[in-house]
Amino acid sequence: MPSTPPLIHVDHVSRDYRLGETVIRAVNALSLEIAPGEFLALLGSSGSGKSTLLNLMAGLDRPTSGAIHVQEKNLAALDSQGLARYRRETVGMVFQSFNLLPRMTLEENVELPLRLAEIDRSERSRRVAQALDRVRLGARSKHRPSELSGGEQQRGALARALVNQPTILFADEPTGNLDSTTGEQILLLLREIQDTLGMTIIMVTHERPLAQRFATRIAILSDGKLVDHFAMQTGARA
Amino acid sequence: MKLRDLTELAARNLREAILRNSLTTLGVAVGVASLVAMLSLGVGLQTLASDRLTKSGLFDAVFVSSRREFRGPGSEGPRKSPIAAPNGKSKENPKPLDEDARKNFAALPNVVDVYPQIRFFTDVRFDNNTYPTNVLGVPESSRSMSGFSGIIGHYFSSPTAEEAILQQDFAKDLSPQPASLVGKEITLRYAERRTLSSDEIAKEKDIDAQLDAMMSGGISIVQREKKIRVVGVIESDPSAGIGGFGGGRVFLPIRVAEQLHAAQANDVQDFVRGGGNGKPTYAALTVRVQNPKNVLQVEDAIKKQGFNAFSLLDAARSLRLVFTVFDLFLGLFGSLALTVASLGIINTLVMAILERRREIGVLKALGATDADVKNLFFAEAGAMGLVGGLFGVTLGWLIGQTLTWGTTIYLRRQDLPGVKISYVPWWLAASAILFAFIVSLAAGLYPASRAAKLNPVEALRYE
Repeated sequence: MPSTPPLIHVDHVSRDYRLGETVIRAVNALSLEIAPGEFLALLGSSGSGKSTLLNLMAGLDRPTSGAIHVQEKNLAALDSQGLARYRRETVGMVFQSFNLLPRMTLEENVELPLRLAEIDRSERSRRVAQALDRVRLGARSKHRPSELSGGEQQRGALARALVNQPTILFADEPTGNLDSTTGEQILLLLREIQDTLGMTIIMVTHERPLAQRFATRIAILSDGKLVDHFAMQTGARA
Repeated sequence: MKLRDLTELAARNLREAILRNSLTTLGVAVGVASLVAMLSLGVGLQTLASDRLTKSGLFDAVFVSSRREFRGPGSEGPRKSPIAAPNGKSKENPKPLDEDARKNFAALPNVVDVYPQIRFFTDVRFDNNTYPTNVLGVPESSRSMSGFSGIIGHYFSSPTAEEAILQQDFAKDLSPQPASLVGKEITLRYAERRTLSSDEIAKEKDIDAQLDAMMSGGISIVQREKKIRVVGVIESDPSAGIGGFGGGRVFLPIRVAEQLHAAQANDVQDFVRGGGNGKPTYAALTVRVQNPKNVLQVEDAIKKQGFNAFSLLDAARSLRLVFTVFDLFLGLFGSLALTVASLGIINTLVMAILERRREIGVLKALGATDADVKNLFFAEAGAMGLVGGLFGVTLGWLIGQTLTWGTTIYLRRQDLPGVKISYVPWWLAASAILFAFIVSLAAGLYPASRAAKLNPVEALRYE
């Protein structure tokens, strides 16, 4: 367990889904604490509840029971507008399928969170350029997602997640659609960003070797429960 | 999200599915066009009818007659004998419709003109032939009346010009080619009424003539002739009706007609009643007011002065009611097309939600509120409505113009003057665009709320 006060405190959280008459408990009375600056990897097999837990912590979903405290705020108690603000101001998200909007250029995709946050136009272009430079895509800003490779699209998605300068970066299988080399490059970039910006990263993956190499802590889920969690050796990150 | 960003995103989304959104917008445009075309027909026909009626001079006029006259419109009850009342008291004599009364009416507020109906029998001499007919004095204000719109030649060059306009049927009696009469001179032979003052009677040397003058109540009738130039021929009798100029065959400017002092039917009536006190009276006066809305007030004021007064304003009101109902039905039929178009908007936006489900999920994951998503869909629906409304008004106007054009061609083939049957006033254009915008927003209400309520996790999972 982390010794510093937790940034996120998941407290006996459950999430049920109803499929007809059947109730499926995707997350089952799970508790977890995450310290600021951690790079936590959520590992588990398919259906273990890791993506559901990530969505709950990212404010995309609400728990059926329990509480999730982020910076002392209980996400379960926030209304939809409060949750939207949390996602806009505190959270950055990266998805397995990149989710860049195909109608927009890379630059416009990265600008989208700034539009939603009503940031001034002149400030926007500066931040977009900075975010694209950080992921080394400055030269591709006018390209549409379909004109980019998978790795470039994921780096673009990463730039979009970073542009609002979030406290926590959530990544849901960020290497799932990439080959191993590109996936490794993305994780290297993630770690570089974490080292530079000092943000907290929570990543869902099923690739244990990558998790062991890049994360500072690993949490293993099975049947919606946290079955194990452990800190990685600092040397393992080299 | 700021309005400018919202507009930019909506415009981008509309551009990306250009064909489908254009077709939906075209649907709105057709709906609005049918509404505008229908209502423009209603407004056009109403304007045409009011214009014709206004030009007929019947709706901004009060027709006045003396209570001494025969009972007619506007008279109040049976005429009492001026001599004996049942209670034995002498009843006040009804006021004569004379020059004093005319001046009183002219002094009333909002009165533009007061003119008598001057109509007298005459013989017209032309080309050594005599044609009995009647002459009518027409006021200067009749220049704009529809009856004179199809004139061959021109209207009187001035209110005092010694000129005549002939009615075509009468002109045909004079010449088989009525148009050839324009510029020719005709001679009017008529009876002049001369009023003799008591001094004039006293100065009469012939004692028999003096006696005749006294016996005739101070009136004498003298035969006169007047040469006058024809300046125009009109096809139809320039309207009509109560106080109008119906029945006239030779038209003179009213001031010229008055100066002739021709004896009229009421002169004889005055004489029979023993009222021939030397002062001429009028059979009827027409009081023209500035605006039809002043008619009732002037009519009341004249009645209070002891005269019969009558206006056709009530008839105009009924006409307005008929046209309002007509417009309502036309509007309802037009709205049906717009209702179908609004279903098109709902369909397009619902389809867009299905297609853009993942996009909605992404927007929400990036921090868009429910309101942001809802407003985005609203903006798209509103933009389609606005653009559709603008195109629709233009299209509707074009349909109206085409109808007017077609009708004019048809009427001209029937030897009738063309008319403007469709009219799009600014308020109709503005209301149609606003209506299209509101209907489109209403159509976007359901899809927009549905999009806003989407669960982001489910939306992101959508392939």
